Amino acid sequence: MENAILRVKDLNVKLDGEDVLTDLSFNVDEGEVLAILGPNGAGKTTLLKALLGIVLYEGVIKWREGVRIGYVPQRLPFIKDVPLSVKEFFQLENASENEAKEILKSIGLGEKILRNKVGDLSSGQFQRILIGWALASDPNVLLFDEPLAGIDIGGQESVYNLLERLKVEKNLTILFVTHELSIVYRLADRVLCLNKRMLCMGAPKEKLTPEAISSLYANSIRFYQHKHEEG
Amino acid sequence: MNQFLLSLLSGIFIGGAAGFLGSLMLPRRMSLAAGPLGHLALSGIALALIYGFDISLGAFPFVILGIFLIWLFERKTKLPTEALTAVVFATGVAIAFFFLPIEQAEAALVGDISSVHFDDAIFAIAICIATFLVVEIIYPKMTLINISEDIAKSQKINVGKYNLVYLLLIALIVALGVKVVGGLLTAAIVAIPAVTSRNLAKNLAQYKFLALSFGILSSAVGIFLSQLTSLPAGPLIIVSSASLFLISIFLKTRS
Repeated sequence: MENAILRVKDLNVKLDGEDVLTDLSFNVDEGEVLAILGPNGAGKTTLLKALLGIVLYEGVIKWREGVRIGYVPQRLPFIKDVPLSVKEFFQLENASENEAKEILKSIGLGEKILRNKVGDLSSGQFQRILIGWALASDPNVLLFDEPLAGIDIGGQESVYNLLERLKVEKNLTILFVTHELSIVYRLADRVLCLNKRMLCMGAPKEKLTPEAISSLYANSIRFYQHKHEEG
Repeated sequence: MNQFLLSLLSGIFIGGAAGFLGSLMLPRRMSLAAGPLGHLALSGIALALIYGFDISLGAFPFVILGIFLIWLFERKTKLPTEALTAVVFATGVAIAFFFLPIEQAEAALVGDISSVHFDDAIFAIAICIATFLVVEIIYPKMTLINISEDIAKSQKINVGKYNLVYLLLIALIVALGVKVVGGLLTAAIVAIPAVTSRNLAKNLAQYKFLALSFGILSSAVGIFLSQLTSLPAGPLIIVSSASLFLISIFLKTRS
């Protein structure tokens, strides 16, 4: 495990006196795509926040020295309250117009969108802009909360493609949180099944057995494994 | 210096700075916060009127006290801010009326910029310029905090520090605002220019500029009308500002 970019040991998080995460230990390798899978309320977003250092925790979270982290949160409900153009949104991240144009190209959007209001974008465009925005600080790790939540089917496909491409082109280490199995199979090298504590960790096809899934989602809606062509 | 010009300049600077700061308060849903704080300042205004010093100086400590009490009660009780605000500001108004000199009640309630002294005007203008500059400096980071505190924190932005500066600026503007529009109307000078601007702006740069401009314009128009009609300037400023807002609605639906 010399290649680990992140080491987590005995991580515990309490919010308002309630245990949200209990005794988590895992490593993430450089260039790896790790899915954090679990039902609602499993502590997935809290785990991301602990990794970002924005909630209090006990235990050890050790990022490799010099790591730059880009964070794409689940939703930004308040952004529509600010009349912000896409160009100005990038300026908040100190990205020049040229850098913003470069990034737009890499996320498959034209320059014309710079003048649009962020609040007027479609959900798929907005999600890609958010990813692009997180890329503006030239990160080597991307933390991503529910990449496909609230995005229409066409938009989902574009986000999938973008993430697949980034993984290859930039050698990004990506940690993403989701409750959807399909995106885990399609993108992740490994999966961490989370429901307050770790229930499984490993390659999705090996670890996500019907038993594992039903125990992960016990007492919640039933999920079915999607059919996948063998690559 | 001509008294009218002095009032006009003070009004323009205070109106502009209030509108500019208000553009940061709107996305946080804090536009109304200046109202209760202004009401609370009535006790300080009453003291200033009794002892004959600048009413902004009287108002400022009470506004700070109000912000501190709301913050303290919020931490102790976990009750919603708006409910605690109601407790604090109503108490402030009640106490003010025990000793507010009734013949000067109008100046306290709706302001009286027409009789501003030279020194007070210079002081107010200097604070307004400082406020404008500080708002301009914190604007990008505050916008990011307004959009997502989590993102801001993940970029190691000291959210607590920025919020403290922001609250101090609100206290300053409320304390200056009571000079122009009195303890009753302070919410309007931060809220209305920002919402008018919001109706028309296509991006953040326009939004900031228009909020500042509408703040200046409504103060100037209000003070001119006051000179012509000898009605109090404070309410005329608010009515001018509200008229601009109504016009902006029509312009918005046509575009």
